[in-house]
Amino acid sequence: MNPELLPWIILLLPLASAVGITLFTRGSKGLSAGISIGAIATAFVASIILFAKTGGGSLLGPLLNLEWINLQVPGLTGEASSIQDIIINFGFKIDALSQLMLLIVTGVGTAIHVFSWGYMHEDRSVPRYFASLSLFCFSMLGIVLANNLMMMFIFWELVGVSSYLLIGYWFEKPSAADAAKKAFLTNRIGDFGFMLGILMVWGILGTMSFDGISAALAKNPAALGTMGTIAGLLIFCGAMGKSAQFPLHVWLPDAMEGPTPVSALIHAATMVAAGVFLLCRVFVVFTPDALTVIGWIGAITALIAALMALQQNDIKRILAYSTLSQLGYMVMAVGTGGVVLGQGPSAAMYHLTTHAFFKAMLFLGAGSVIHACHHEQDIWQMGGLKKKMPVTYWTFLIGTLALAGVPPFSGFYSKDAILAAALEANKGWFVIAALVALLTTFYMSRLFIVAFLGKPRSESAGHAHESPGIMSFPLIALAIPSVLAGVFGINHLLDHQFGVEAHGRHGMVAEIFAPFGHSPFAAIFGVLAVVFGVSFAFALYGNAEKDPLPNALGFFSRAMARRFYFDEIWSFLIRITHEALSYVADFIDRWLVSGLMVRGTHGSFEIAGRALRLLQSGNIQTYALLFVAGLVVVLLIVLK
Amino acid sequence: MNLLAASVDLPSLPPVGLQHYLAVSAILFCLGVLGVLVRRNILVMYMSLELMLNASNLALVAFSRFNNNLNGQVMVFFIITVAAAEVAVGLALIVALYRKRQTAHVEDLTTMKL
Repeated sequence: MNPELLPWIILLLPLASAVGITLFTRGSKGLSAGISIGAIATAFVASIILFAKTGGGSLLGPLLNLEWINLQVPGLTGEASSIQDIIINFGFKIDALSQLMLLIVTGVGTAIHVFSWGYMHEDRSVPRYFASLSLFCFSMLGIVLANNLMMMFIFWELVGVSSYLLIGYWFEKPSAADAAKKAFLTNRIGDFGFMLGILMVWGILGTMSFDGISAALAKNPAALGTMGTIAGLLIFCGAMGKSAQFPLHVWLPDAMEGPTPVSALIHAATMVAAGVFLLCRVFVVFTPDALTVIGWIGAITALIAALMALQQNDIKRILAYSTLSQLGYMVMAVGTGGVVLGQGPSAAMYHLTTHAFFKAMLFLGAGSVIHACHHEQDIWQMGGLKKKMPVTYWTFLIGTLALAGVPPFSGFYSKDAILAAALEANKGWFVIAALVALLTTFYMSRLFIVAFLGKPRSESAGHAHESPGIMSFPLIALAIPSVLAGVFGINHLLDHQFGVEAHGRHGMVAEIFAPFGHSPFAAIFGVLAVVFGVSFAFALYGNAEKDPLPNALGFFSRAMARRFYFDEIWSFLIRITHEALSYVADFIDRWLVSGLMVRGTHGSFEIAGRALRLLQSGNIQTYALLFVAGLVVVLLIVLK
Repeated sequence: MNLLAASVDLPSLPPVGLQHYLAVSAILFCLGVLGVLVRRNILVMYMSLELMLNASNLALVAFSRFNNNLNGQVMVFFIITVAAAEVAVGLALIVALYRKRQTAHVEDLTTMKL
């Protein structure tokens, strides 16, 4: 088969599934789930075939670049004209970056689709759920495959829509409906900047295709001129919304109102990674200044989110803040690219990949726990799940170790790549990154110890039992890459993509110890963070019946639990801007429209009428006098 | 005869010219306007109106005479004709008004006032 057809199959199967479920199989839960799972699984197979055929390299062909929008202005083209033609292709960019993302999205997606069927099958509107999930996969794959900014933006918005649909899946719950709205609106703020950035790049370089942008910037690195930094930061706004970076991070924790598999797929593994993917895709656009800003925003996000995670008690929210923190890590890694060039985005994508596996697994594990404990989400109501749910326990342990960065789990390698890049780029970032690694280990150990070890703290936890095979199988399937992703050589693929000098491939065993070889300082710090984090957590929570930190830290703990009052700050800001706007609108309406225009017109006519009425005395001689006076005036004027 | 001749030897007045006629016409016209404006009796106002018409007739005849053509005089005939018709209608109106309102004073006729 022509390999050029594979991307089309990968992209269009989920769309066909979404359309098919919506139109034809709304009545049947099983059939709808089957179609959706089949579509994503086939797409996964197609992605593997594509990867095998191209060896993870790039693929070009006429079928991969079809003309889509062509707004040529006849007679106005040419050197002299300042009006540019708008020609946008509907095409796919197949290279190591997109192939890796394809495998993540379809692979993790398949596991989560299967898990969903186990988790959701009792729900009333399962077909709607699977249709939205397929629509999401279609949009996400569109982002991954897009070869120009316009196409990416359209799929970007589609992802926003499907995320809205899925967060608000239980729309009867006001909190879910609110969370969906919040996510959508917060993303709109970022997307507005993204669109301005796209227009700016297009206006200056005259092209929207990634290849065109790279070519233009390779020919003349200063092509973007002084606006380069601003254009880059505007594009980063889009990533800031989707990847939930400070200060637009507020929507992600609320998005946990959606079903847990959705949180795993969209708000942990794929959609929130789209921002990081975007940064890596258009990495050439960013100037060193822009990258510094990006790096700091990532670092701040990583730190505050890790602090907030310390004092959450909802199992999903802890994972949500952890996701935020790890996304901040990735964005910071992209930011280091200003100094270490390709090494930065390479590390970011590496961490994105491993994070997608183990965070999706952690969310699914949390879903399994929630399912077993009859929708209890408070970790202080759990405990002692180790014996009752062995599969969930072991996979969750693997996920925790991977996220904490324990060698030889995958998270260690990707985190080490980021630490090494940060060490080289900016010492401040390295300190923050090491601190965040410590905090990450601490809060994950806290979650793990409280929820799984010790004795059950509630009746529902006491009666918990292992989830059925359809739910534990995806956990196991995701556990394998979570352990091994560090030794597959994903980093070499990415290093090649971003033009980093290869360290040379070693054997699998040598891969395990590679981090200690080329950046021992960073690797040792990573391990130390893990050791301290775990020991602190065991010391504090080993036998705790309730959280000792609120008493120990006082106000600081409350601030962390209340997310540093960011929601309050946002609602205050929104309130004062709304009030200012409404004052202006009120002034315009009351005084200009209603006052000056409506009442003004009526009033001036009334006053003129009253004045003129005085002339209507009814006395015929007054009229005659006025007539004569008028005549005299006219004569004076005419005869003068 | 001489006496007579001496008494006839008056200082010679300038010949009567167009401007004299026009001056008389203007004075008559202004008297008419004044009459319309200050008199309260409708009948008197009506007479003042006729005075204005005849002032203009005088001016027209004078122009006709001094310009050696008959246009002005023809115009005068028309004006006299129309004035006659107008008087007939106007007087009839005044009589009707008086019968209805028992007054011919303009101060009392203010129904059109707002």
